[in-house]
Amino acid sequence: MRWIFRKAALSLFTLFCAITINFFLYRMMPGNPVDMMIQQFLALGYSYEEALTRVSMALSFVPTAPLHEQYVSFLKGVLTGNLGYSIWLATPVATILGYGIPWTVFSVSISLVISFLLGIVLGMHMAYRRGSIIDKVLSFYSSITTAMPQNILGFFMIWVFAIQLKWLPASGPYSGVDPRVFNLDFVISVLRHAVLPILTYVLTTVGGWILTMKSSTISVLGEYYVTAAEARGLKDRRIVTAYVGRNAMLPLFTRFAIALGFMFGGVLLIENLFLYPGIGRFLNQAVYARDYPLISGLFLITAVAVVAANFMADLLYSRLDPRIRFE
Amino acid sequence: MSERGRRMSKRLMLAFNVIRKKPSTMAGFIIVTFFLLMALIGPFFFPLDIRAYPAKRYLPPSLEHPLGTDAYGRDVLMQIINGSREALLIAAMTGLVTISIATLIGVSSGILGGIFDEVMMRITEIFLMLPQYPLLILIAASLPRELNLFEVSLIIGIVQWPATARAIRSQVLAIRERPFIEAARCLNLGRMHIIFREIIPNLMPYLVMSFVLALTGGIYSQVVLFSLGILRFTSVNWGVMINIALGEAALINPKAWIYLFSPIVCIVLLQTGFVLISSALEEIFNPRLRTEE
Repeated sequence: MRWIFRKAALSLFTLFCAITINFFLYRMMPGNPVDMMIQQFLALGYSYEEALTRVSMALSFVPTAPLHEQYVSFLKGVLTGNLGYSIWLATPVATILGYGIPWTVFSVSISLVISFLLGIVLGMHMAYRRGSIIDKVLSFYSSITTAMPQNILGFFMIWVFAIQLKWLPASGPYSGVDPRVFNLDFVISVLRHAVLPILTYVLTTVGGWILTMKSSTISVLGEYYVTAAEARGLKDRRIVTAYVGRNAMLPLFTRFAIALGFMFGGVLLIENLFLYPGIGRFLNQAVYARDYPLISGLFLITAVAVVAANFMADLLYSRLDPRIRFE
Repeated sequence: MSERGRRMSKRLMLAFNVIRKKPSTMAGFIIVTFFLLMALIGPFFFPLDIRAYPAKRYLPPSLEHPLGTDAYGRDVLMQIINGSREALLIAAMTGLVTISIATLIGVSSGILGGIFDEVMMRITEIFLMLPQYPLLILIAASLPRELNLFEVSLIIGIVQWPATARAIRSQVLAIRERPFIEAARCLNLGRMHIIFREIIPNLMPYLVMSFVLALTGGIYSQVVLFSLGILRFTSVNWGVMINIALGEAALINPKAWIYLFSPIVCIVLLQTGFVLISSALEEIFNPRLRTEE
């Protein structure tokens, strides 16, 4: 039990660090973005006082107060869910998050599940047939795709499937339908628009799952209980599923939980290429607009997801693998 | 000295044999050498010229312009060649920053152990948990002025060191347990001797491999930063070319395809080269993989 508390404490501390980095990056950087925000409002014709109140509202702290007071009120704002106002969209940051999160979760969770399952099947197959053509080709594919920026493959996807073949739409979450009416047309449009982002995501991430599953399976195959199961004359099918597969998948479940957490941080390139209105797309647009409250809110939600997922992964692993609990 | 020299040449021979035996490794070396030469001597033959020539917009490939021209009438090949210098410079400096921080923390943590190790690893863990690319963007976006190449490399290195540091630490821990370290300790050779003459030399191949991996990270991150247009830029660079091409809707303009796909092909090739070399280095470092053939 004690290590769960330790993990929880570390997770909270990490979040605290993320929030602090977030805050101080604004205040400490040369050129001071907060001053730039005030300048922006001054340029729009506001008086200095008005500019200051607007900026304070957007940031959830008063930029002229002493630094530690700013920090405390920023922390308070984050803890109470007040993430400030987006300057660019003139809406609360929380509302924008509420709009962007479902799109990212929808497209990435489907991609992740496909990628994970595909990786497990292919990785295990390769571990059993080491040195075969499939093993060689997929090993090469897996090791180079991990180094490729995701939008690079995305360009080819758009070029082939959207421009040359004209099978699928190249950008946006839906088109030609009314998003307020939830009907079959809307669902079909959303699914069609999600195909290319999902395909790109799967093709660029499946390599990681393949390599992990392959090496995990290889190490399980060397265990005595597998030899013992073979010696007992169990059917191959049963050995593959109940003995090798189950144990080889253990470390992958943890990685899956962590990957779920990284979903907001990992889709930057794909969402921006396909103009998909998720967290990654908003982050890039917020950077273009120099919309600091929005950047900060998006970074926070990304960090929260990662930390929470890491904690869940630890809990999950201790449930799945009793050896960890007794360490 | 001669003893050392002989050992060095033996190692080089071994490395060369591993390279020669596998065509994929050979291919990796050829690709990377090709881009290195392009970056080193290419700009002398194709000096950077970013003036606009409106009459030469989107010319198809010809003898004068082997890869055609872009929307401003500038030669694409000239941009690719000059871009390779910047791409490789950022990658190399990123690799150096990453490896320096990671080696310092990994080696000191692995050797000193105790509370120092505990604290360092917690810090590393926290950094590992922060989402890498959003953090990179957050830092880049907070800097209001234009960054020079070194500053770009510095922030990429600062963001990507933790995984490498952790891997180096576990390598140090593994080396520390080997019999020859115990022997050195029994001989009372002193801590400095053990660190710099026993542990570091044995760690060297792993460091080189990590450096090559850090290079791929450097290319990846700069493509993220430049192709998304997050960093303001003044020069020509592959990521910048992608960003400009996308800004002009190059995907739906057949005339602009060469301009868009040239940097993409270069990035794919260069990354493939680095990956092939790093897996070859892994084989040199880890002989068990070599016998697997």
